[in-house]
Amino acid sequence: MSLDKNGIAKRIAQELEDGYYVNLGIGIPTLVANYVPENIEVVLQSENGLLGIGPFPKKGEADPDLINAGKQTVTTIAGSSFFDSSLSFAMIRGGHVDLTVLGAFEVTDKGDISSWKIPGKMVKGMGGAMDLVAAADNIIVATTHTDRNGNPKLIKECQLPLTGINCVKKIVSDLAVIDVTDKGFKLIERAPGVTVEEILEKTGAPLIVEGEVPEMVL
Amino acid sequence: MNKVVKNAKEAIEGMQNGQTFMLGGFGLCGIPENTINALVDEGLTDLICISNNAGIDGFGLGKLLRKHQIKKMISSYVGENKEFERQMLSGELEVDLIPQGTLAERLRAGGAGIPAFYVPAGYGTEVGEGKESREFNGKMHLLEHALSADFAIVKAWKGDAMGNLIYRETANNFNQPMAMAGKITIAEVEILVPTGKLNPNEIHTPGIFVQRIFKGVDYEKRIEFETVSD
Repeated sequence: MSLDKNGIAKRIAQELEDGYYVNLGIGIPTLVANYVPENIEVVLQSENGLLGIGPFPKKGEADPDLINAGKQTVTTIAGSSFFDSSLSFAMIRGGHVDLTVLGAFEVTDKGDISSWKIPGKMVKGMGGAMDLVAAADNIIVATTHTDRNGNPKLIKECQLPLTGINCVKKIVSDLAVIDVTDKGFKLIERAPGVTVEEILEKTGAPLIVEGEVPEMVL
Repeated sequence: MNKVVKNAKEAIEGMQNGQTFMLGGFGLCGIPENTINALVDEGLTDLICISNNAGIDGFGLGKLLRKHQIKKMISSYVGENKEFERQMLSGELEVDLIPQGTLAERLRAGGAGIPAFYVPAGYGTEVGEGKESREFNGKMHLLEHALSADFAIVKAWKGDAMGNLIYRETANNFNQPMAMAGKITIAEVEILVPTGKLNPNEIHTPGIFVQRIFKGVDYEKRIEFETVSD
């Protein structure tokens, strides 16, 4: 059975390590914050100038001066700090963030990613996505394996405008965990109940499959 | 030293049609509401605006867009404003979309006297088209240039007559780098205190960067996406 968006977030949360500073993009990536394992501590970085994002406020307590990068109201945690946008991107560009999670329209087997523009239809802007993918060493894409028309999103060549090149290292989709290696896509895990055949069929580029591919443990 | 002006109308004196101005804020957080209203009232046109976002329909920068007072926007994300998208897709409004981090650093560099610098963001994408690039430490970077403007309009929480500014929480965002980069920086503040009342340890923007300051009134401080846990 393919995962829902919470399942994808839950699997990505398994990649978190104690003491990590993490940037979560809008959409499915924000849900990763709900699945941080009990025994580890992770600090979330918000590119609009907050380190240490807390939970959403209680009803009636929303503060208009305290928002995340998706413009939702948030709170702080013990040890949070505020700073301006240039310092925020110094943290990001300077390689101080340990893990970046973002969504995508397309990812190629060379690690290229398109995520910000559909020409003529959706041109909202790239926000911080290009800075994040260009600087981070550790980038995980959270995505559905195919788009709503059933077309593969893991492909050989992006058709849509690029966000970055040679930058994605790992993809967690509703069907699989796939690493982007120097030899291309490699299947690491299957979603519970999903077969290798289904994954191969829905991937638009060669997929290395070695031996028995385990199921995700969620 | 006294940089205090009476209100937003006085603060924008000298601004002309066709000029470039920077406007602080991230979404609706930390936007200079009074000065935006003064720009609408003054009816300035053909403005080039550098701001991370474009407000929402009918509020923030949306007010200026609705009146077609802006001919070009330089931003990183303009998603929450339908009128903006419409004007952009139809060609009425020229738009330069640039990566948010590059935007922040171009502003900081503009204020800091650094004419150009290299960053990796956008290399290999349409953002890199026509730009010089160079390899550093085995990685490709784009040459980006400083941004400056006739006017930088910023919003702060507290300020004094010398133009020292303190920002509140995430309402800092682009205000701090922009305050450095305007030829004339206008600061609107919620709390204006006599000189000497701000703790020097707490000042975010030293007054040297600010030319005009006034106490704003009637802040709406709208929330774009009120999100609660219960």
